Amino acid sequence: MLEIDVRKHLPGLDLDITFNVEKTGITTLFGRSGSGKTTLANLVAGLDRPDEGRIIADGTVLFDKRQKINLPPEQRGIGYVFQEGRLFPHLSVEGNLRYGQKRASEARAGGVSFDHVVGLLGIGHILTRRPRDLSGGEKQRVSIGRALLAGSRLLLMDEPLASLDQPRKNEILPFIEGLRDELSVPVIYISHSMDEVVRLTDTLVVLDRGRSVAAGPLEEIMSRLDLSPLTGRFEAGSVITTQVEGDVEGHPLTLLRFPGGILTVPRIKADKGEIVRVRIRARDILLATQPPVGLSAQNIFKGRIINVSKGENGLAEILVDVGIPLWARVTAKSCLDLGLDVGKEVHLILKTVAIDGASLGGRRRMDQ
Amino acid sequence: MPELSPAEIEALSLSLKIALWSVCISLPFAVACAWVLARVDFPGKLLFDGLVHLPLVLPPVAVGYLLLILLGRKGAVGAWMMETFGISVSFNWKGAAIAASVMAFPLMVRAIRLSIESIDQRLEAAARTLGAKRLDIFFTITLPLILPGILTGIVLAFARSLGEFGATITFVSNIPGETRTLPLMLYTLVQSPGNNAAAFELMLVLIGLSLFALALSEIIARYMRGRLEG
Repeated sequence: MLEIDVRKHLPGLDLDITFNVEKTGITTLFGRSGSGKTTLANLVAGLDRPDEGRIIADGTVLFDKRQKINLPPEQRGIGYVFQEGRLFPHLSVEGNLRYGQKRASEARAGGVSFDHVVGLLGIGHILTRRPRDLSGGEKQRVSIGRALLAGSRLLLMDEPLASLDQPRKNEILPFIEGLRDELSVPVIYISHSMDEVVRLTDTLVVLDRGRSVAAGPLEEIMSRLDLSPLTGRFEAGSVITTQVEGDVEGHPLTLLRFPGGILTVPRIKADKGEIVRVRIRARDILLATQPPVGLSAQNIFKGRIINVSKGENGLAEILVDVGIPLWARVTAKSCLDLGLDVGKEVHLILKTVAIDGASLGGRRRMDQ
Repeated sequence: MPELSPAEIEALSLSLKIALWSVCISLPFAVACAWVLARVDFPGKLLFDGLVHLPLVLPPVAVGYLLLILLGRKGAVGAWMMETFGISVSFNWKGAAIAASVMAFPLMVRAIRLSIESIDQRLEAAARTLGAKRLDIFFTITLPLILPGILTGIVLAFARSLGEFGATITFVSNIPGETRTLPLMLYTLVQSPGNNAAAFELMLVLIGLSLFALALSEIIARYMRGRLEG
């Protein structure tokens, strides 16, 4: 779907990025600010030009230094949703939406209809308004609609939620999921927020100081201990995909099935059988060498240690296979005291209340 | 206020006609120059910038003389124009319009250039990702966004053209009904004794026109700013 192999020298940043994404769906470029995310997006969109390399999206060569191919942005068919929206201030919402639609070439047009996009994004009531009269969330929805209607075969979204507060973010997230689930438009999503990453990502690409350090399915990348300095120091953790078993009668709890057993979490609004993604922070996991007794924790899983990595900060990252790998973080001292090492059988304890609702991301649209 | 004499009315309407044409002649060139100055880097840009602004600092009489040399009946460009198109601009109102447009040109360029420099180029980049080509973007994004600057430039150039004196009198002389605009008429009145009342009246007309133009430009600028804020 997306093949990137580019180098570009910039003041303060040497970009050298190579990765390959085969799956459609949402591909997230994740990294700290200054890691080259936006620069890469501009290279893909054609607003900036690599020094070397090539970019192939959806089977079309957008840039190839050796073959001297460099499609101008207006011919790339890539919709770009900018962080600041960039709506045209002299046009109404409808004028903005139609701007790209009018210019979509024959080959690109005919994907989605105006009414469909307006309905999906819930912007029918603001069509005659000017951008300056819109709220931040409305602006971003119009911006997404404008990019979609330009007949885009691929949508680039550069931190579209960064300037919004949490309620507005929650308002937009389902629309982005809708792009994938209802319109099947591949999305390249740029973010430095782990919450957004967990909720949206199918394929994760981790960038660090101009390099791509990892690319692959979210669950796989998130369970790699060596990436923990990048995927979050404090927020490090595993992401697991689960299926809703049902609610616990008489208690505000929901049961989720995953390869390691049944996970009890605070009640979520989801039907039985629905797929839900859960993030479990490494620091919320306790390890015990004996089966624990008389413990209030609801979630206890037995597993075998498959990896131990001691950091310089006096902490140890431990990967336990309970059917799938789960990541625990303990002090290096307890690691030593308990004799935690690869191959050892341990019990993994997780407090239900440690799993907060915000980390529960739906694979399908889900109301919290 | 006493009524204007027929000669004064003639001068007023001539002034308005010349100022209007002056603005029409300079507008397309001013937009082009402003765009080049705001967006393009090339060797000799400083010199080009200087040339555009020259009429602002050069004595108007020198500009008028230069025009006379170039566009006069025997001037290099003037003779060619006469031969090719049968158009003569020497000693008629067309020449006066050209003199006014040259003098007002830097003001117009400045206003438009400032507004081009102030627009967010990222909007143009956004338009490209939506499938628009460069010329298309200029007319659908850039031009509407710099409209306030263009309107300000038009009003300023119009006011400057109304007041043009030095270059006009040097290039096309002071011919009643042909090149005698309001400032030239005022000059004529002041030159001969006993016209104090008429001269004063004319001066008031000029003040009124200029104030009106300035107020108009401010009103337009405010209205457009309100419309384009985003």
